[in-house]
Amino acid sequence: MAIDTDKNSYTVIFAIVMVIVVGSILAGLAQGLKPLVKANERFEIQQNILYAMGINANEGPSDVEFISADKVEDVFNSTITKQYIVEGDKVTEDAQAYLLDVKKEEAKAKDPNYTRKLPLFEGEKDGNPIYVMPIRGKGLWDAIWGFVAVDKDMVVQGVFFDHAGETPGLGSEIKQRYFMDDFEGEHLLNESGAFKGITVAKGNADPRNDRKTDNAVDAIAGATITGDGVTAMIKKDLRMYVPYFKTLK
Amino acid sequence: MRLLSKKDSKLIMDPLADNNPITIQVLGICSALAITAQLKPSIVMAISVIFVLGAGNVVISLMRNIIPSKIRIIVQLVVVATLVIIVDQVLKAYAYSLSKELSVFIGLIITNCIIMGRFEAFALANGPWQSFLDGVGNALGYGVILVIVGFFRELLGSGTLMGFKVLGDPVEKTGLYAIGYENNGFMVLPPMALIVIGIIIWVQRSKNKELIED
Repeated sequence: MAIDTDKNSYTVIFAIVMVIVVGSILAGLAQGLKPLVKANERFEIQQNILYAMGINANEGPSDVEFISADKVEDVFNSTITKQYIVEGDKVTEDAQAYLLDVKKEEAKAKDPNYTRKLPLFEGEKDGNPIYVMPIRGKGLWDAIWGFVAVDKDMVVQGVFFDHAGETPGLGSEIKQRYFMDDFEGEHLLNESGAFKGITVAKGNADPRNDRKTDNAVDAIAGATITGDGVTAMIKKDLRMYVPYFKTLK
Repeated sequence: MRLLSKKDSKLIMDPLADNNPITIQVLGICSALAITAQLKPSIVMAISVIFVLGAGNVVISLMRNIIPSKIRIIVQLVVVATLVIIVDQVLKAYAYSLSKELSVFIGLIITNCIIMGRFEAFALANGPWQSFLDGVGNALGYGVILVIVGFFRELLGSGTLMGFKVLGDPVEKTGLYAIGYENNGFMVLPPMALIVIGIIIWVQRSKNKELIED
């Protein structure tokens, strides 16, 4: 049987059938794999939070290695003692706080009547409480985000940054050790105790980050806008936690 | 008895050597640049392309008599895109960190000119078995180059292979580094992939003079 494959009606029917078949195959696959993908995303958040706290599988000096995915859940549950949702003055414990979608909260917070929910994770390091907070902002091309771990005086204990699509070799370097390690020990408050953030500064000329109280770290050459994005997201998102840290005093 | 007839084995062997898609036809160069800084992503990319091209060629070949010629390019695109999404989803579910590393490049398999090229040039005119061999052969030819480039770039650029420090530790100064060896930072940058491919092309053409064009 010869089909006239040049007929318009045949072409249209072929296209429709193809779309339906392909669509159902892909939808079925996505549904089937969803639980696995979701679990992987959850592990990734846990790995990132632990990394910011300095818990990682780094071996060499430039490694950025996370706790492996099969162990991360246990390590996370034993390290993070409490998880909170901070809503204005109200602080509630919530064991699922790390799954709160920061991006959605940011969008909702555009409504001035909405009190933004802020997740906060508390752990312990060398006997002192340590707090981890998510941050999120814009780089040059796409979203950048991360986690910042601080002690009760808002001195940074460690950070983790990631990005969706910064320029390879330039902006993408924010997730490299030499950049992230610079934040360690850096103060978020100035001498008088007011919130100042940390500026990713050009010409800071402090490659080893010996000046911990200058609220600045060295920028990456060629990645000015990504660096400014990091500065902005630290300033904007961590400021919201300042009232909570005041209550710890 | 031979496993493959002479004609069939030619379909697999040709793209590996004298009709290599990268070094002879100079197709698929972009991904060869992008992901070959390390060996592991190169291998994964090679396997993904073998799957997509092998399966895609079969699908296209099976449908070759019913595909309306007016929209055949679109049909080919849909087939590649579907297969690529399947690869992407499976990687996300079973090899998450790898899928993050390859991120956009898995999606870019769609634009790999080798794939559309083989669909159009071979699968549309040949049976499924030959098309399968042709697809696997071409993807292997592509993958071999990728792995060679990835091997040299990771070894010389980072002193590691598959993440293992085979040359010693550059900071502790052990192994080769103890006698003053340094990693070549150039090797991890994209231009060096082209230069490595250039060297492969040179070696190949000096061995087989027939490949040299006037």
